[in-house]
Amino acid sequence: MSTKNWPLWEIFVRSKNGLEHRHCGSLHAADSDMALENARDVYTRRNEGVSIWVVESKHITASNPENNGELFEPAQDKVYRHPTFYDLPDEVKHM
Amino acid sequence: MKKENLYNYILGIADNSLILGQRMGELCGHGPSLETDIACTNISLDLFGQVRSYFQYASKIAGDGRTEDDIAMLRKEREYKNVLLVEQPNTDFAYTLGRQFLFDVYHLAFLKELQKSTDLTLSAIANKCVKEVSYHERFSSDWIKRLGDGTEESKQKMQEAINDLWTYTDELFHQTDADKAMVAEGIGVDVTKLKENYYSDVSQVLEKATLQVPVSKYFQKGGKQGIHTEHLGYLLSDLQYMQRTYPNMEW
Amino acid sequence: MSEEQIRSLERQFDERISRDEKIEPKDWMPEKYRKTHIRQMSQHAHSEIVGMLPEGNWITRAPSLRRKVALLAKVQDEAGHGLYLYSATETLGISRDEMYEQLHTGKAKYSSIFNYPTITWADMGAIGWLVDGAAIINQVPLCNTSYGPYARAMIRVCKEESFHQRQGFEIMMKLANGTPEQKDMAQDALNRWWWPSLMMLGPTDDVSVHTEQSMKWKLKRKSNDDLRQQFIDQTVPQAELIGLTIPDPDLKWNEERGSYDFGEIDWDEFWQVVKGHGPMNKERMKARVGAWERGEWVRDAAMAHAEKKRYRSEKKAV
Repeated sequence: MSTKNWPLWEIFVRSKNGLEHRHCGSLHAADSDMALENARDVYTRRNEGVSIWVVESKHITASNPENNGELFEPAQDKVYRHPTFYDLPDEVKHM
Repeated sequence: MKKENLYNYILGIADNSLILGQRMGELCGHGPSLETDIACTNISLDLFGQVRSYFQYASKIAGDGRTEDDIAMLRKEREYKNVLLVEQPNTDFAYTLGRQFLFDVYHLAFLKELQKSTDLTLSAIANKCVKEVSYHERFSSDWIKRLGDGTEESKQKMQEAINDLWTYTDELFHQTDADKAMVAEGIGVDVTKLKENYYSDVSQVLEKATLQVPVSKYFQKGGKQGIHTEHLGYLLSDLQYMQRTYPNMEW
Repeated sequence: MSEEQIRSLERQFDERISRDEKIEPKDWMPEKYRKTHIRQMSQHAHSEIVGMLPEGNWITRAPSLRRKVALLAKVQDEAGHGLYLYSATETLGISRDEMYEQLHTGKAKYSSIFNYPTITWADMGAIGWLVDGAAIINQVPLCNTSYGPYARAMIRVCKEESFHQRQGFEIMMKLANGTPEQKDMAQDALNRWWWPSLMMLGPTDDVSVHTEQSMKWKLKRKSNDDLRQQFIDQTVPQAELIGLTIPDPDLKWNEERGSYDFGEIDWDEFWQVVKGHGPMNKERMKARVGAWERGEWVRDAAMAHAEKKRYRSEKKAV
């Protein structure tokens, strides 16, 4: 067995200009150059991309689902952030 | 055949891609990592795509009913015109990548010239191939640097592969009769003019890879005249197996 | 955590799944859920990469350039699918190398169908048509399974696999409409691959061990017997269409059930292959282990090179 294995990378692909990069999966590579090349060969075989980002997985900090209550629920009742909260007469067509 | 020189010229180009594609295809499922396996198969697929474009054109020029598959699979061993370099076996990954790299540098320079061909079909094929081969060259150069400047073991293996394969590099720049005729018509590429840059490009990568540039002046040749190494016969017996065993059938 | 707390968490967890909510990697999950998923997903990934070997066997001998590129692309897709599935499994806290280790030591299983040899070109047709056909029946419901990364990987896999079965059927069709020799080759391949394909959908429901739990977690949506019946019902007319005969004398249409009745499957053969004594088990493992071992110095070199590069750029930055 190898003593050191290739680390894991997260791959983000922009499918066409105008759209954001989207996470499409992960793969293993020894360094960022190889990660880019591997991502090109693995995730854009069917013409799926025009731009690739690679990030070594260990550099991603993720929120913990245990904290979802305090993180996300407070936003649920802030209805005044949405346009439907405000009453307008029907005569006002586009606003 | 009216355009015999052109026909032979196209075969000379296409056979390199055919035989190298076949060699890369052997690795599918046996690569050193899943990611690398997928990458090598992509190279093989690119090469076979190129082969099909060339042979479809050759088939049109021949005009005698021979299809792309007849041309690819039904010639005798002496009729294949690929350089000796591309038929060398996958001894290990250093040989595979070394062979790829030594061919890619030539292939890219060749296609860049072929783009200027007065033959519009050939220049169109070259336009498409040059992008694919730019990537091959980037991929193989990166790997030469990794393996050369990696561990002691990998350096030794990579150096050995380069030393062994070096003897097949000079043939890339030999001109055949078809070459000369096509250069004269503005269709073909004068490969003799690519030689100097080739060795300087290759040396640059080898130096970055902390490898020695071989100094041997003894070179092998013969592929372009159909005089091959012993390896080609076995490759052809696989490539031709179905067409020979079941002649005149459609698949 | 007390046992009672765990039970309550498990209850909430099951409710989430029955509401069709997806489970994501960092969510709490019962240990059994994690283990079952690691087992099934890694087995699925192993099947993809071992599955490259029987078809890879014919890449250098494909009869035409068109067939060669299609086969290469297909086998390459299988590598890709293995990769997506290994990546999805890694989100459960196991590394790809650990999974390889399990495969190479025989601890992990893979689909037994790949322990049969591919001896003629027609086997490429039969595998695409029958084996991929059976696999698709298994896989499509998994696009909606409860574990998010698995479901997403399967959506990708299913989208890409749509050409595989067509590729296989086209090969068979061409052979069946070809010379008598070609037609014999196609019939022979169907004869050899038919029963193993039926076995591929798993043991009968009365002996299948994991089914109930797997149904709850949406790892399975239909029982093995139902899947098998679905496969037979859809495949028989396809065989008829190209003039090939399913090698089962007991096969006949049952008007009342609206399905085909079929003959007895040789389950002794199935278990023999599962237990490692199929015609190609040893060779398949030798090929996988060999590739991995021959690749070790390459993988090590890439890591060593990456470290050197990092060291140099850090030194430059100082």
